[in-house]
Amino acid sequence: MNLNKPVTAQAISDKGSSFTLGPLQMGPVCCDPQPVIEVENLSLRYGDKTALDKVTLDIYRGCITALIGPSGCGKTSFLSAINRLTDLIPNCVIGGRIRVDGQDIHTAESNVQTLRRKVGMVFQKPIPFPLSIRRNLSLPLREQGVTRRSEIDAISEQVLRDVGLWDEVCDRLDTAALNLSGGQQQRLCIARALALNPQILLMDEPCSALDPIASGVVEDLISHLRGRYTIVIVTHNLAQARRIANYAAFFWVKERAGHLVEFGRCQHIFESPTHQLTAAYISGARG
Amino acid sequence: MLKINAMRWRHFYLDRLVQIFVYLAVLTICAVFLWILIDLLRGGFAHLSWNFLIESPRDAGRAGGIGSILVSTILILLVALGAALPLAWTTAALLAEYVSTTSKFGIVVRYSLQVLAGVPSIVFGLFGNAFFSIYLGLGFSILSGGLTLACMLLPILVSTAEAGLRAVPDSYRLSATALGMSRAATLIHLSLPIAVPTLAAGLLLGIGRAVAETAALLFTSGYVDRMPGSLLDSGRTLALHIFDLSMNVPGGDAPAYASALVLVAMLLCINIFAMKLVQDWQRRRTILE
Repeated sequence: MNLNKPVTAQAISDKGSSFTLGPLQMGPVCCDPQPVIEVENLSLRYGDKTALDKVTLDIYRGCITALIGPSGCGKTSFLSAINRLTDLIPNCVIGGRIRVDGQDIHTAESNVQTLRRKVGMVFQKPIPFPLSIRRNLSLPLREQGVTRRSEIDAISEQVLRDVGLWDEVCDRLDTAALNLSGGQQQRLCIARALALNPQILLMDEPCSALDPIASGVVEDLISHLRGRYTIVIVTHNLAQARRIANYAAFFWVKERAGHLVEFGRCQHIFESPTHQLTAAYISGARG
Repeated sequence: MLKINAMRWRHFYLDRLVQIFVYLAVLTICAVFLWILIDLLRGGFAHLSWNFLIESPRDAGRAGGIGSILVSTILILLVALGAALPLAWTTAALLAEYVSTTSKFGIVVRYSLQVLAGVPSIVFGLFGNAFFSIYLGLGFSILSGGLTLACMLLPILVSTAEAGLRAVPDSYRLSATALGMSRAATLIHLSLPIAVPTLAAGLLLGIGRAVAETAALLFTSGYVDRMPGSLLDSGRTLALHIFDLSMNVPGGDAPAYASALVLVAMLLCINIFAMKLVQDWQRRRTILE
């Protein structure tokens, strides 16, 4: 997708996709990167095991940033730290600073629930609640303070259209979400995150539990969300990272701790990596 | 070849053997239940009538019915559940959602509940008599009987509810947290509804235990067989009535059988009704697939 041109819903549907995104507002173009998440010297420990060591990284607004690297190199920990899901892990200690929109997320006055609504998360396995499709979407909305039924219905329809699920489920919104197929469940989970109108979406291998076709649909969807949302995606599928990401960050395990080895435009990382490890991992020689 | 054949035979016989044992066990259990039911029906069905269900007992229970006793039983049950359920379910929520499995506090609470579960009911009766009847001045009353029963029910209700809440996958909690939902909201809107079948199963176990109790009530609710006028009146439960009729009243066998039949039928109805209710509710909330 050419990011220098403003993209309209029409332009997207011309490409033969079934997504109806509504009027798209492109974020700042990725040629003019503007950091929305600033990570400075982030260290993360579980007990005495160091998961991440001094990671400094900027995530740019409106772009897709892929985190790549072997298992256990701290990619998922990095994601969880951004919306403070690490708070749930008992002996997890965080050092360094993370700023979202210029605001430090660990200060006393930053509200963690507001942060999590601003920074949505999609997990590897689709986790729809064992409730109806409608209630899956309305439950977090009600918690956010949206209580008018008409408003909830409108938002639900909008986000289901955004993820291309509306036509498939519009006549069975009150049936169980668990009856949907894997790919549909994952799109429902993305819709549920979108319903809270986040700025940033964190995705932890969102396609790896899906079959190739469903995975392709979700991947297309992620591409289409570019510009409206800032997306950070962990993926083990290098081809996928190459296809959809603007930026890539390569993590590696050094002395049993995750390190950021290289960060840059996706093209550079894949075509002319500056670091030997990156080159080896990309070519399949290591990792 | 010979070896393979021998192995095949061994598997065949082992399979059959296990099958036979499994079926035997099931048959034995069904047979015991049926035996009790048939015995009760034979001994008590003839005595059963509409009047038996609504009249108060006369002549120490040889004549009349069990109307007042049914009322006392239901009142004591309601008092016990009313006191125990809120306590038990909030404790379970605390243990399952707010306290880690390894925390000292959790271990102490769980251990005390286990000990409480092993205390003989007669001890509960003496405690209830000393504390509720005498110390709090409630006397021999439905209230002190119900509260004593509540203490007895706590361990069952807490442990089943905690198990139910723990069985809710953590991924739901993680995902709810990621959606900015608070812990309390996750508990109320997600964990509790998913755990409802287990909560109901625990509740039914508790009801069964409460309705069958005699020893704990002997010293607390007393065994006056009049229609209770208030919660501070003494009242006799069905189980106590059966005990009294069969042990202390010559010629009380037929009404004892009939009362036992009513007790079993009542439990059966409560079970079926509650299970049906839970299933319907789950289907409405589409928790069932």
